Amino acid sequence: MTTVLDTPLSPMATEETAVPREGARTWIPVDTPPPASELRRSTATIRTVDVIRLLGSAFASIGFTAWLFFYALPLQGVLGFVLVAYVLFLLLFGILTAFDENSQTVRDRIVAVFVNSLAFLLLLALFSVVIYTVGRGVGPLGHLNFFTQDMSNAGPLDPLTQGGVIHAVLGTLIMISIALAISIPLGLLTAVFLSEFPGRYARFVRTVVEAMTALPSIVAGLFIYATIIVFLGFNRSGFAASLAITVMMLPIIIRSADVVLRLVPGNLKEAARALGASTWRTVWTVTLPTARSGLTTAIILGTARGIGETSPVLLTAGATTFLNVNPFSGPMTSLPLTTFTFVKSPENNMIARGFGTAAVLMVLVLLLFVLARAIGGRGPGVLSARQQRARARQSRDDGYRYRARELRVPTSTVRQAHPRALPAAAATRSGTAVADSAAVGLTVATIAPVSPAVAEATAQQARAARTWRRQLSESRLLPKPSAAINRFRRGSKAPQESPDPSPNSTPPAPDNSGPTRKDPDA
Amino acid sequence: MSSSAGSSGAPVSTSVATDESGARTEVIESHDVTGTDKPRRLISASDGPDVAFRWIARGSGTIVVTVMSLVGLFLLYQGFQALQVAGPSFLTEQSWDPNSGKFGIAAVLSGTFFIALTAISFALPLSLGTALYISEYAPAKIKNALVTIVDLMAAVPSVVYGLWGLFFLSPNVQPLSQWISTYLGWIPIFSVDGFDQNDPLASPTAFAASTFIAGIVVALMVAPITSSIMREVFTQAPIGEREGALALGATKWGMISSVVLPFGRGGIIGGTMLGLGRALGETIAVFLIISPVFVIQPHILEKGANSISALIALRYNEASKFEISALMAAGLSLFVITLIVNFIASTIIGRSRSGNETN
Repeated sequence: MTTVLDTPLSPMATEETAVPREGARTWIPVDTPPPASELRRSTATIRTVDVIRLLGSAFASIGFTAWLFFYALPLQGVLGFVLVAYVLFLLLFGILTAFDENSQTVRDRIVAVFVNSLAFLLLLALFSVVIYTVGRGVGPLGHLNFFTQDMSNAGPLDPLTQGGVIHAVLGTLIMISIALAISIPLGLLTAVFLSEFPGRYARFVRTVVEAMTALPSIVAGLFIYATIIVFLGFNRSGFAASLAITVMMLPIIIRSADVVLRLVPGNLKEAARALGASTWRTVWTVTLPTARSGLTTAIILGTARGIGETSPVLLTAGATTFLNVNPFSGPMTSLPLTTFTFVKSPENNMIARGFGTAAVLMVLVLLLFVLARAIGGRGPGVLSARQQRARARQSRDDGYRYRARELRVPTSTVRQAHPRALPAAAATRSGTAVADSAAVGLTVATIAPVSPAVAEATAQQARAARTWRRQLSESRLLPKPSAAINRFRRGSKAPQESPDPSPNSTPPAPDNSGPTRKDPDA
Repeated sequence: MSSSAGSSGAPVSTSVATDESGARTEVIESHDVTGTDKPRRLISASDGPDVAFRWIARGSGTIVVTVMSLVGLFLLYQGFQALQVAGPSFLTEQSWDPNSGKFGIAAVLSGTFFIALTAISFALPLSLGTALYISEYAPAKIKNALVTIVDLMAAVPSVVYGLWGLFFLSPNVQPLSQWISTYLGWIPIFSVDGFDQNDPLASPTAFAASTFIAGIVVALMVAPITSSIMREVFTQAPIGEREGALALGATKWGMISSVVLPFGRGGIIGGTMLGLGRALGETIAVFLIISPVFVIQPHILEKGANSISALIALRYNEASKFEISALMAAGLSLFVITLIVNFIASTIIGRSRSGNETN
């Protein structure tokens, strides 16, 4: 969508597109509107009478259920109360609505209420999972030692001021790093293979991978247990656990990466091929960068799954209470596994530690998720504001470079001729050879004058650069990138704002912008 | 990539077809008399790096396929010994005592299905309702937040759900179980042996650690996944058809039942099947909650349940070589079942109208 395009700058120049002009610039359309898609209209209407009916039936059902439970029938239990009250509520609401609506409307209203309450119920349950876990985990989280110690010196009866889960945190990080070190290259390469080399074999691989996304995690653990530990005779270790996590994570990453890669616009790839790029160059410079945010999201979500799984680690890592940072020898543990071993203990402190560990794990997953949302959520090739600024800056620098080549001056000279530059005019006027942009301002006095001929030539070049700069600022050819972005944001077209929208406003070709002609210093 | 008109044969006539959208398709009718005009061979110059890249990509695909096939093959290879000893009784025997040669997956397999089906019967209405709410009823302002929350809940580790189920849900749901078994106990699956509702001293622990509780927890785990698949399909229901239904005077529910639900049928079935696959393989949450029994336990409210994955997690430790082999065989059966369920799910999603449009 947002790609660097070679767009003529003024509307007048559009007629001349066929004629390749000197000074045609690379330009970035910012905020290209998405292809016109239909917008869903809101059809929601809530009338006062609906609200009154809702409230009325709610009160009536609660009262009726209370009467049933406390006087009429030998019923008990909070959940039973809620269930009966809810069913009564639906009934009463239906009856109330039926008083002055037809049957279609009654059905519609009841379903609306039902769907709303189902969604509310699920969200309530999900929130209760999170809040309950965090709430019971607050106790151990308040002690700093929870994050700095392992459990080697803390027994089940020790207070929360002793022992911690640093061994589990480090174990998780080590395991997931190894798993990612294997699954990122392998997964991305396979995804690239699936999308770039279609054929019968790729289809076969895709089928296998899709079937494997449902692989139960305990089977992944069992597989590594069977091969590495039983068959090959190694001990349980962090490395074996990372392999199990890899087996579980790999299909997930490949599948989502494959989906993202298939969304990369074909015309970008074809453009690269048409410019003579080979397959791997196309993949490396076009396909992967375009899909970067989606790929990152795929990896991060796979990581979140991998971090949270207990069962593969349970079979292969061998739980420990000691801090062990060597994945190749000795048992290791991870956050979910530690949670699991903690809560299996009957001691309250251990259970509290278990909830604390689970809270740490959840925060970790939440962070990964937020990261994934921040990076992802954009289609392939859609840039963030920051990336757009970077592209604009790069485009501007390319402009300097081309101009510098035309004028046969160092790039730095052109860059300094830009309105924002340092006292470049002084530097160039002194007739010194400008070597480096950063050094110019400081080294003016110290650089020895060179031979008059060279000095003359350089001065001419510098004048040319300045002339060009002035024309630039007149025609706003090279505005600050942010200004350009803002202008496009406002939806107006940059060239129409230009004070002089004639073809002359484009940068002059070298022949008609002779250095001596317009130079005020001459 | 595409070859244009041949260079050797001069085009005899050129007609320009313009369709409504204004795109010009140039049809070059090239009737070369000599008939020598053939499509040119397109030789893409694959240089060294390109060939290497192709082989590396192919190789990584092969590695992945190999690993994935190895999972099945190794389980089969390791479990073969146990399967040979047990023979067909592997599918019918309920107890699990490999050392005496008396073991089978009848109890754990049925337990797995009971838990998964309980989970799906909760998860299906919940996720369907949530998906419909997010896609049809929710105010536009909170829609994105809801989508994010549901997606986030799908990423919450299963051990967290297990903790919640064990410490929060289990004590709270026991009165409900008791209530159901008291009033609906005449339905076979809701009856509970060993609990006399007229005995005031009867302990409600007869309802703890049951299939029902494990099923609810697993339902909460799979509901976000199922719901996000359904929501994605629902939002793709064509706007033209929606507004057509509304314009013909349909109520909102009329529109949903005649446009959105038929359109999303594949997503509903496929998403549910995917959820079922997850529910079948869920280990740690189930393992935390249930107290394992090795009989077929169709009374879902009664204490005691089992599943294949819980069996593996329970018995893998301190197992003899033959016991490991028996566990591998159990793992293999779980693997095959999830594979079948998942395959059916993806087939249904792929064949449905919505699936065709998304892929």
